[in-house]
Amino acid sequence: MTPAIELRGVTKRFLTPSGGVYTALRDLNLTVQPGEFCAVVGPTGCGKSTTLALISGLEPASEGEVLVLGRPVHGIAEDIGYVFQTDAVFPWKTVLDNVAAGPRYHGRTTGQARSMAREWISRVGLSGFEDRYPYQLSGGMRKRVALAQSLINEPQILLMDEPFSALDVQTRALMENELLSLWANTRASVVFVTHDLEEAIALADRVFVISAGPGTVKANYPVPLSRPRNVTEIRMQPQFSQIYGEIWNDLRDEVLVSYERQKLSGAA
Amino acid sequence: MSVRNLAARLEVTAPSSAPGNPAPITDLSALRIRARRRRQLNIYGLRVLVAVLVLGTWELTTRIGIVDQFFFGQPSGIARQLWIWITEETALGPLWQQVLVTMEETVLGFIVGTVLGVVIGVLLGRNRLLADVFSIYIKAANAIPRVVLGALFAISLGLDIRSKVATAAILVFFVVFFNAFQGVREVERNLIANARILGADDRRLTTEVIIPSALSWIIASLHISFGLALVGAVVGELFGATQGVGELIYSAEHNFNANGVFAGMLLLAAMALLAEAIITALENRLVRWRPPAVGSEVQI
Repeated sequence: MTPAIELRGVTKRFLTPSGGVYTALRDLNLTVQPGEFCAVVGPTGCGKSTTLALISGLEPASEGEVLVLGRPVHGIAEDIGYVFQTDAVFPWKTVLDNVAAGPRYHGRTTGQARSMAREWISRVGLSGFEDRYPYQLSGGMRKRVALAQSLINEPQILLMDEPFSALDVQTRALMENELLSLWANTRASVVFVTHDLEEAIALADRVFVISAGPGTVKANYPVPLSRPRNVTEIRMQPQFSQIYGEIWNDLRDEVLVSYERQKLSGAA
Repeated sequence: MSVRNLAARLEVTAPSSAPGNPAPITDLSALRIRARRRRQLNIYGLRVLVAVLVLGTWELTTRIGIVDQFFFGQPSGIARQLWIWITEETALGPLWQQVLVTMEETVLGFIVGTVLGVVIGVLLGRNRLLADVFSIYIKAANAIPRVVLGALFAISLGLDIRSKVATAAILVFFVVFFNAFQGVREVERNLIANARILGADDRRLTTEVIIPSALSWIIASLHISFGLALVGAVVGELFGATQGVGELIYSAEHNFNANGVFAGMLLLAAMALLAEAIITALENRLVRWRPPAVGSEVQI
């Protein structure tokens, strides 16, 4: 079976404004199977977001190969959805037109796109808010808009960059459950970047631990917890804490390395 | 606002109610309307006061003779001049015709300058190479005092409406251009990335993300640039014209009629205020999606 996403020996370097070279990722290997929900955890600045940028085609890799659905990535691929960390819904469009944007860009008429959008707005529980502008919504509601906006294109690959990190704890748990039930109906392959290990285990089939920058995959852990899951309840299971302990052992070292470096660069 | 706060206010507005009585909730909206109306009245009252003070001092000093009314005019003289223009006619013909001519020059120049400014601003904002090549010329052109171009246009385009429109347009162009250019440059990268992922092509990216995002900048520039269009039209008329408010001011000046000059300025100010109101209405329509400005709510 062709993997949904495959990164082979990927390295990504950036030129810094001062003229130096910054290596964000080094020799990264990562494989995501079709329909698999993967979480990527790692310390701050380890290149988690860069990984998503490479998969989506927003950024090219400096070295190595990026394959999506078996095809090498050149520019932005068709079957990808991307939920950004910060708000990326269009502030000048209403909820309805925000969600309808994807189908319209793919050649649907405005009427068709809007009726598709109404359907998705009700699926994410925002019926009645079609005519609101984003500034009139709460953070959690804006995230729902972003989810509907991505999912309406029925992507086979869904990339999520710490999508819920700005939400309060209760809203976050709600959104995580919502995401799982939406995902269960689409069965897209998901790469979910987060710095929160609990969130990663609660959501994912597999957790990748990325080392402190330059990022590379340190280990990957399957999460054999049964589905459907409830993210709040699953945390109480003994198996959950056992997996958590195992992964945390790995992650802690990386977090410490990253922390020491920050302290050094702060002192310098 | 807390209930206690409201109750305290109620004591002031309705002394008959018992102290400490919580306010009935139905009174809230009435209270708000009253507070807003009171504030409006205050502002209008103060505005009238300022006008009375300034005009009164002016009138008084010119009457007593501290200030020479031959050079500085006199409010009552200005009013008389306006009245004559309105009821009889100006040296150039009916007053409404002069206003209309200047308005036409201004609006045409404003439209031409705005369209060119937005188109070229977006074009250069989107294209790095073009921006790098042309930036130096645009900066150089911007450094020239552009009103002198009015003289050039009077020669090359003649004394009819075209030279005034050109002068107004060139003044408007640079302001709108710089704002459109900057607006395009400041579009959030996240929004562009999101639109591209959702499947937007280059054209869609421009019309659906770049331009709406730059619109706040562009509209902000329109407030200034309408005034500049008026300046351009009037300067164009000063360089040579047969009609228009600028020409009216010019002919009053030639007759040493200070009151006529002031009356003409008053007309220009009225036109600018009217345009400002129209642009504000347009702004409120076009950028409905923006959260209302902080502090615009009325405190009660």
